[in-house]
Amino acid sequence: MKDEGMSVIVTTIAALIFPAIMIFSFYVIMHGHLTPGGGFQGGAIGASAIVMLIVAYGAKNVKKKVSDENLSIFESIGGLVFVVVGLLGFLAASTFLYNFLVGEPLFGTIPPFGSNSGILNSGGILPILNIAVGMKVIGGLASVVLVMALAGGDEE
Amino acid sequence: MKWLAFVVFAAFLLFAAYEIHPFGELDDSRMDDYIIENAQNETAANNVVTSVVFDYRGYDTLGEATVLFTAIAGALVVLRRVKK
Repeated sequence: MKDEGMSVIVTTIAALIFPAIMIFSFYVIMHGHLTPGGGFQGGAIGASAIVMLIVAYGAKNVKKKVSDENLSIFESIGGLVFVVVGLLGFLAASTFLYNFLVGEPLFGTIPPFGSNSGILNSGGILPILNIAVGMKVIGGLASVVLVMALAGGDEE
Repeated sequence: MKWLAFVVFAAFLLFAAYEIHPFGELDDSRMDDYIIENAQNETAANNVVTSVVFDYRGYDTLGEATVLFTAIAGALVVLRRVKK
């Protein structure tokens, strides 16, 4: 079983449930400021979906679609977004990572006090930071697993 | 000599376990009360855990992300195949 992937049953099921897992990952990331979860957890879910593809199809076939260089670029963009949003706090207010979007129309709705089901369009910079961390974790974990899977075996 | 170090360390642990405050009864809960009272107004997020992790302790999360970045960069440097 060298880089051919697994049987057609496994590849079909993996291709079927891959979008569902990615949607669940995106849901956990986007609702990080409302429900349990957040960037790290949702990113781990999305990375595990890509790891499932690597196991089912074989690392070389996955690398034809998503190269580890592109995943590294994806990860670095997430880290840059985090730092740039943090630095924007200096411009908008005084401190690093200041939550300057509270009260603004984008992500700024302040929820009522106490327990309530929440508003998606709230949280200030928290959803942006969650998305940035999610990009970081998806790109990082997936690229490291892809590179590890490609590193084994003999060079042709 | 080894058993002496063991006894001292075990005594320290037992003392620490004896001195710990009862579960749920903090000596000083000012910061908890402040965060519970003000997190929704100050960060506009309902999930107070996320408020603490990404806003009140956002700098810590940046360090966490840096640790992840460094670990992955190191693994990629070692394992990535370079075209000859």
